[in-house]
Amino acid sequence: MVREAAHTLKKSLLWDLLTTVDHKKIAILYLIAGTLFFGKAGLMAILIRIQLMIPENTFVTGQTYNELLSMHGTIMLFLAATPLLFAFMNYLIPLQIGARDVAFPFLNALGFWFFFFGGILLSLSWFFGGAPDAGWTAYVPLSSRDYAGIGLDFYVLGLQISGFGTLISGINFIVTIITMRAPGMTLLRMPLFCWNSFITSILIVFGFTPLAAGLALLMLDRMFDGQFFLAAAGGNAVIWPHIFWIFGHPEVYILVLPAFGMISEIIPVFSKKRLFGYTAMVFATILIGFLGFMVWVHHMFTLNLGPITNSIFAILTMLIGVPTGIKIFNWLFTMWGGKLRFTTAMLCASSFVPTFVLGGVTGIMLAMSPVTHLYHDTYFVVAHFHYIILGGIVLGILGATYYWYPKMFGHCLNETLGKWMFWIFYIGFHLTFFIQHILGLIGMPRRVNVYLADQGWDGMNLISSIGAFMQGLAIILLLINVIYSAMKRPNHPVDDPWDGRALEWATHTPVPEYNFAQVPQVRSLDPLFYEKIHGDGTMKPSEPLADIHMPNGSFLPFMIALGSFIAGFGLIMKHMDAWINPYIVVVLGLLVMFGSMAVRSWKEDHGYHITKENVEAMEREALADERNR
Amino acid sequence: MSETVDVSKGLPAHPERATLEGKNKFVGFWVFLSGEVTMFATFFGTYLGLRNGTAGGPEAADLFHMPLVFIMTMILLTSSLTSVIAITAMKKNQFKKMKLWMWITFFLGVAFLGFEIYEFVEYVHYGLGFSTSAFASSFYSLVGLHGAHVVFGLGWVLLLLIRYNRAGITLTNAPKFYMFSLYWHFIDVVWVFIFTVVYLMGIGGG
Ligand code: HEM
Ligand SMILES: [Cu+2]
Repeated sequence: MVREAAHTLKKSLLWDLLTTVDHKKIAILYLIAGTLFFGKAGLMAILIRIQLMIPENTFVTGQTYNELLSMHGTIMLFLAATPLLFAFMNYLIPLQIGARDVAFPFLNALGFWFFFFGGILLSLSWFFGGAPDAGWTAYVPLSSRDYAGIGLDFYVLGLQISGFGTLISGINFIVTIITMRAPGMTLLRMPLFCWNSFITSILIVFGFTPLAAGLALLMLDRMFDGQFFLAAAGGNAVIWPHIFWIFGHPEVYILVLPAFGMISEIIPVFSKKRLFGYTAMVFATILIGFLGFMVWVHHMFTLNLGPITNSIFAILTMLIGVPTGIKIFNWLFTMWGGKLRFTTAMLCASSFVPTFVLGGVTGIMLAMSPVTHLYHDTYFVVAHFHYIILGGIVLGILGATYYWYPKMFGHCLNETLGKWMFWIFYIGFHLTFFIQHILGLIGMPRRVNVYLADQGWDGMNLISSIGAFMQGLAIILLLINVIYSAMKRPNHPVDDPWDGRALEWATHTPVPEYNFAQVPQVRSLDPLFYEKIHGDGTMKPSEPLADIHMPNGSFLPFMIALGSFIAGFGLIMKHMDAWINPYIVVVLGLLVMFGSMAVRSWKEDHGYHITKENVEAMEREALADERNR
Repeated sequence: MSETVDVSKGLPAHPERATLEGKNKFVGFWVFLSGEVTMFATFFGTYLGLRNGTAGGPEAADLFHMPLVFIMTMILLTSSLTSVIAITAMKKNQFKKMKLWMWITFFLGVAFLGFEIYEFVEYVHYGLGFSTSAFASSFYSLVGLHGAHVVFGLGWVLLLLIRYNRAGITLTNAPKFYMFSLYWHFIDVVWVFIFTVVYLMGIGGG
């Protein structure tokens, strides 16, 4: 067994995961952590829908309802969708651009652990006096020290830490794409998934930093009596929604762009056609990213910022529909006249298109500033963003899971179970959310825990809840599928089950730790498919076989993030009856954090080499395996 | 990749970008700084929105003194200049010279920090506590965030100077010193904006 270099073999699995800097293993960590958070927030959604199933229900109290609602939204966006997308970005970006790793493997691990500890900190709130209860938007003054309990402390610090991880990863992806592309992989030959991830990362850099600033202000308000938001001392409550949405609207595009990228990879493969309008797609992505920063006020139309402001932002918001429309038509034209194969991945990807259109249309409706007063803060808004988040992002992630699972784990997921999952999910999804448009239009406000009977809402709420249970069932089917497929997996891993087009399908399965023994020479868009048509179906190398330089694993990322966690918890202890001075804990945490950073800077770590002989042996073994299949 | 650069005939012209690792750090640090810009912009915006919310407490025009702020500005600008001299020396492989000017940069930074602490203490004596008013909170957080960046920068360069005291300039430490100088210029530019937006507009009543 030379295929794992001697290095990793000596480590136990746990220690390997805690110290790994390999982008593929970090991707798996993201996948697992994201799935756990997704399950947790999904369960909260089910509880919310149980409460709303019948009028005047007493299943949970109003306070618990607020906590469930806030945690559901916060976790889904920051700790479920983001890491699940990051899992695929981490796994695929280096493979698709023909690189051996990301630009900063150490920072990659650091980003993961910050995210992880931030998420744990937020989740601990349940055990220390209650979760945040001011919605995922945490508007002041509701979230300020005067009105909100300790839960909001966990919110500001948990999100601060996990947001820092997201920022680090964003920077890492940007640099990776700029400097690490294989020879011949020009920017306009790059797969659309990489393009979308690239723009997403740029949005992260300019979106998560205002969030960090805003969270810092709220933290100063809550912990040190800062006077930013309370009018009594000259503060202004409108500052928070501005800062939050300057982050918040880019954030929704941060999440949806990678999903666009996934769809753009899956649809061509199962249409057996090259993506229609590649350059237009790239251009549309850039435009969406750009416009995404200029529309935040559409979340604040009812705050009375004046007719001119509202009109400008309404028009800018509607403009985003144009590049988005370009994308929709390009996907449709890719499928047009293609040899369609409706696997589960393709079912998810193609049904993404109509659901996303519905979400976009309601978005344009919400952008009409004069009429939005009628349905702002009603279930109509809830329907809008769930059409985009579930019908867009989650369908994208599900499709990506079925599509790239064989590359990541060596075997396909079962298609029959997959199709059951898809249809149950899809029908459940429309049952839950289509009806919420109508509920909103006839006046049901969002974020309420009870409603009176006989207003014409009862039946629709019941249907909505039934749909939610169906979606839960679909996710359980997916988990069953994972276990079932692992037990039934064939003896040999599959390499290229879908007849893929991009570079990731040119690697061996399982992917060796160095990805490519020789970095490939890229000759065209869809490089692997090009070689299948014009060459012998394998990538030509761009360099001679030589020793391969690899980074060393390190426990320091874990330690740095742990330090920030301790410091954050220490600050929150200011609001508990602690038996120890909170500042001792804070200082201890900061020492661990900055101390570990200093160690990292002090110790020069030049990594190690896999010798040419070892690489040759590993490649021979992989090739022999493949021939035996 | 560092092994692919031939250093037998001395350092390459841009030792900070000669290796792939150095180049990555170079690009990454610029990206990081652009993110920092938006973070500071948010604090500036908050300050601009709240600077008249004095709630009967001390106002900007009562507090700020031009001479002190002017000295601080000069010190920080000079320290930026000395770090440029240090980096120029680094590119010419003059290690001793680089070290000397980096130390000067460090001490100028310490002097700046000293003045800043003195300034804050004075204001507190005048009755401007952190939670006196919206003006106070937003002033202290903006200028304090800058100060925190100075502290971090000082710790960083100190660590580098001690660690590489005898090392000479290598392809490993050149990117580190270079990155520090980028960071230091950034801090300096932020201060120029603070000087204008906070102090000049505060004293002039703009
Ligand atoms: C054509 C594109 C889009 C348009 C024109 C649009 C427009 C809007 C408008 C005007 C609102 C404010 C509704 C209100 O509170 O009255 C809104 C809310 C929202 N949108 Fe969109 N949107 C678009 C795409 C997206 C995408 C791609 C996502 C997510 C990936 C998204 C997620 C959300 C969320 C989460 C909210 C609710 C925020 C809250 O109040 O909690 N939207 N959208
Ligand atoms: Cu928006």
